[in-house]
Amino acid sequence: MSAQIHADADFDLDAAWRLHPQVAVRPEPFGALLYHFGTRQLSFLKDRRLLAVVQELADCPSAAEACRVAGVEPATLARYRAALARLAHSHMIART
Amino acid sequence: MAFSSEAPPRPVQAGRLVDHFQYGLDAPICLTWELTYACNLACVHCLSSSGRRNPRELTTDECKAVIDELERMQVFYVNIGGGEPTVRPDFWELVDYATAHRVGVKFSTNGVRITPEIARRLAASDYVDVQLSLDGATAEVNDAVRGAGSYATVLRAMENLAAAGMRGFKISVVATRHNIGQLDAFKALADRYDAQLRLTRLRPSGRGADVWDELHPTAEQQRQLYDWLVANGDQVLTGDSFFHLSAYGEALPGLNLCGAGRVVCLIDPVGDVYACPFAIHDTFLAGNVRDVGGFTRVWRESELFRELRQPQTGGACTKCSAFDACRGGCMAAKFFTGLPLDGPDPECVQGHAEALLVGGDRAASAPRPSQDHSHRGPVRGQPVLLGLPARRESRPARMCDESPLA
Repeated sequence: MSAQIHADADFDLDAAWRLHPQVAVRPEPFGALLYHFGTRQLSFLKDRRLLAVVQELADCPSAAEACRVAGVEPATLARYRAALARLAHSHMIART
Repeated sequence: MAFSSEAPPRPVQAGRLVDHFQYGLDAPICLTWELTYACNLACVHCLSSSGRRNPRELTTDECKAVIDELERMQVFYVNIGGGEPTVRPDFWELVDYATAHRVGVKFSTNGVRITPEIARRLAASDYVDVQLSLDGATAEVNDAVRGAGSYATVLRAMENLAAAGMRGFKISVVATRHNIGQLDAFKALADRYDAQLRLTRLRPSGRGADVWDELHPTAEQQRQLYDWLVANGDQVLTGDSFFHLSAYGEALPGLNLCGAGRVVCLIDPVGDVYACPFAIHDTFLAGNVRDVGGFTRVWRESELFRELRQPQTGGACTKCSAFDACRGGCMAAKFFTGLPLDGPDPECVQGHAEALLVGGDRAASAPRPSQDHSHRGPVRGQPVLLGLPARRESRPARMCDESPLA
């Protein structure tokens, strides 16, 4: 758990991120499934807006901008940052 | 099978994915595809009663059409099995076709074809994973279930994979009364080859129905297995197959839910689609990939799968305090032991199935598999169960095999 908190604190919202090239995304009614062909890990996005954020990453100069474009309210930004940190930790997203 | 994705699913956000998954997904997460009923072995617990090839098995082109569909549905990977899938002459062609279409492959094998050359090829691919079947940490325990020489074969395959630099391949063990005491030895074996241990549940499916009474873990062993999984679960894959043990208390990693027809299913060698790999019976047959609309339509529209995606509402289990933890257990295990589907799992850890299982005619009235591809003649290395003097008499495959009048 402490490693997780550490990862959250380290996540750089101002950096440019993208989906890892070995990750496939499958939208589902509840959000999306993510599968990493390299680590063979499956993950879930339990939120359609988080899916939108992930899909915007590659086209935005920063993760913060991707959140803004996807419609994340400033009040809930911390929650999305934590989710992105977890995705970075499991290598689902990577720095460009 | 649940999910053997094999990685225990890790929710990105807190919440109960179970609540979403019980209504089904647009495509399966975990699809098992048995490519052939042909097998060089005759394991006593084979859940698909494999042995002989079925002449109606899907052709190479039909298999490729299924892969095209899986690509369109974004099924990330398939778990290929059999039978022994590598004995299909087009096996490697199909593996290459799948990975070229971004459908990852994990295939289960007894290791018979994992030569040093094949091992090098497998080690070079990111999209192919190998799962070796091993049911004893010693030759004595393994070969009693899988046949004489099968331990040596699978060890040689492990050596070849490790020598080729393949890391993290799977060693898949069906937990039985004879190997529960070997869990640490299995883990050590996996560590030695830089492999990952996978433990799954013995089901009374296929020929497994014939040996379930003798081989399924005792109540004490179930507790031992649960404690071991709680202590080691993060390093061991289970295909979520032990969710019935979650009723002991702490939930095991993964989705504690029967995924049949909701997130998992089986395509058998002739293209029949069943709700799960452990439920090869007409009752759980949803359709065939050769039907109009193909696999996609079977998955999305079959009457059976629609029914399975309804929440369970009645039955004895829903009144139990442990229902949220175990969800009534494994559908196939209940079915093939002759228990009601809305009642307790035959291995219910609260003991609720014990009274139901002692009835004298229970085994006789339990449904039999709808098909049997077992070898009819003697098989080289025929397994001989531990503690038994000789091979059991097999049941007649059809009445006319025994009775000239039938």
